[in-house]
Amino acid sequence: MTRGPVGQGRAADGTDGTGGAGGPGGVVTGIGEAARPGDTGWGRVVEGLRAYRLIAGMWLRSTMAYRASFALTAFGNFAMTALDFVAILLMFSRIDALGGYALPEIAFLYGLSGVSFGLADLAIGSMDRLGRRVRDGTLDTLLVRPAPVLAQVAADRFAPRRLGRVLQGALVLGWALTAVDVAWTPGKLVLMPLMLVSGAGIFCAVFVAAAAFQFVAQDASEVANAFTYGGTTLLQYPPTVFARELVRGVTFVVPLAFVNWLPASHVLGRPYPLDLPAWTAFTPPLVALACGAAAGLAWRAGLRSYRSTGS
Amino acid sequence: MPHTTDTEAGEDAGGTGGTGAAEATGATAVTERDAGPGGDPAPRGGFIELNGVEKVFEVRRKTGLFRRERRQVRAVDGLSFTVERGEMVGYIGPNGAGKSTTIKMLTGILTPSGGRLRVAGIDPSRERTRLAHRIGVVFGQRTTLWWDLPLIDSYRLAHRMYRIPDARYRENLDRCVELLQLGALLDVPVRQLSLGQRMRGDIAAALLHDPDVLYLDEPTIGLDVVSKARVREFLRELNAERGTTVLLTTHDLQDIEQVCSRVMVIDHGRLMYDGPLDGLHQAGESERTLVVDLERELPPIDVPPPARVVRVEGPRQWVAFPASESAAALVARVAAGHPLVDLSVREPDIESVIAKIYAERTSA
Repeated sequence: MTRGPVGQGRAADGTDGTGGAGGPGGVVTGIGEAARPGDTGWGRVVEGLRAYRLIAGMWLRSTMAYRASFALTAFGNFAMTALDFVAILLMFSRIDALGGYALPEIAFLYGLSGVSFGLADLAIGSMDRLGRRVRDGTLDTLLVRPAPVLAQVAADRFAPRRLGRVLQGALVLGWALTAVDVAWTPGKLVLMPLMLVSGAGIFCAVFVAAAAFQFVAQDASEVANAFTYGGTTLLQYPPTVFARELVRGVTFVVPLAFVNWLPASHVLGRPYPLDLPAWTAFTPPLVALACGAAAGLAWRAGLRSYRSTGS
Repeated sequence: MPHTTDTEAGEDAGGTGGTGAAEATGATAVTERDAGPGGDPAPRGGFIELNGVEKVFEVRRKTGLFRRERRQVRAVDGLSFTVERGEMVGYIGPNGAGKSTTIKMLTGILTPSGGRLRVAGIDPSRERTRLAHRIGVVFGQRTTLWWDLPLIDSYRLAHRMYRIPDARYRENLDRCVELLQLGALLDVPVRQLSLGQRMRGDIAAALLHDPDVLYLDEPTIGLDVVSKARVREFLRELNAERGTTVLLTTHDLQDIEQVCSRVMVIDHGRLMYDGPLDGLHQAGESERTLVVDLERELPPIDVPPPARVVRVEGPRQWVAFPASESAAALVARVAAGHPLVDLSVREPDIESVIAKIYAERTSA
């Protein structure tokens, strides 16, 4: 659920609006009834995206009312995340390669991880507040609104300052692309945007799953951070520097390896981690979809358990 | 798929969506009052209907390293009642009686463990979002407003989220702003509002989409006397003008006295009393007190039973008598036989009435 699908929601909404305005459904029924786009799964998705856009838009306008403050916090976000890269640069003032990867290659991994995670963090990074909402009971106030709870939680406190991280990652990635020695093929070119979008999708799924876990364990936001913020830091370094067991876990359990390690191995012409077959480099979109579905189910289970037990 | 959104069109086109909005407004006015032909399935029987509704929580407690004790808690235990459209009902009971659990089931937050529950013909737990358009909810202890944003932002969001037709939104907002005196507060971030201001803001937010029923969970908790009076006055007007059904839980019995025509008492998840406030006094055998100031100290005065002197303090004596009986005869009798300086009648304290009902039920 990156910015792409959100934009799509707007388009879908607009179409619905013009198509249905003045239709018979709108005349005989009340406000709520008139607007209800069916009980289908797709209708709920459209409703969710619409609610997300409305709430995120509200926070966006609120933030933009204080432009100077936004600029400062966004810069702060940029600078803080840039320190990670500075640490890598310092390391490379002493060494020439890390785990067999040269600086531009590390920067490539770093940029991919940073942009993917940055997009996910920008879109739904506020989800780690769910545990607090369950604890203090404010989740109930979301449940009485006519919009999917997931969308409301995801859009709450939408923070455009998080663009700082995206921008920082993009700059490093941009530099890496000019510096790495890659024989570009059509496949590799296609893989670039695919990687970023899928990566963001995988991180979004991790955010959602972590939030779903907080329905059960309300103090688990630190555990969630280990997978989200910890995950992106992990992916900034090549798989070759980590223990095989860890790489396995990050591939098969929480499939963060599909964010950049596998596809980047293909682009850079490096051996694949865990000797995985070559075609796995092109699976990130499928992995992202599978993760999204799994996270969605986890969320539903979490919300259902909340609604049957309360806080 | 009948996706329709007159408001959505209005939103995108700014002010030019006027026609669509106007049409929708008219339609709303019809359905709201008397669910016209073809409208939402008009609820047969009551507007809010509970039939043997149960809510069982499983509480797990650690009793050892690996052992866990499971215990079932019946928060709501076979609750049945009906509320008609336009009623104002007070829902009272001690802490942990199941009040909030009932409200949460009525709003679709919690799924009942058993029984049948309908609000406006909708099953709240299954069609939560559809129901949301029909109900307004005010939680006394937590706000539904967006904490860090100006009050008006919460209203603007509700406008879009509930797809309230533009004209209707403006009308409702203006009305709430006027009656609840919110004018000066609209641009203030919610976190800076006082409790009373915030509560008024919350009530307005719950009403912008013309809900058929308004639930209030402890709406006057922590408010000062003036704010309480303002909230109660507003609720009465709302009910009189719009016919909005109101269900409120409270600890403050004055809320009930001044707002509700009907009261339901719940304890241990069961309905203990359901009826008019007067009847509650009878059920609880409540008594009024005649305070008699005599010219001088006297032994307890002679009154006809069941009236009796319950307290003597210098020249002042307290005579308790059934709340259902007229004070006139008693007053005449006392005045005839004793040298009086002053008389006053004190109304019963409902809290003690409820306590009596509890005591009776539990001992029975």
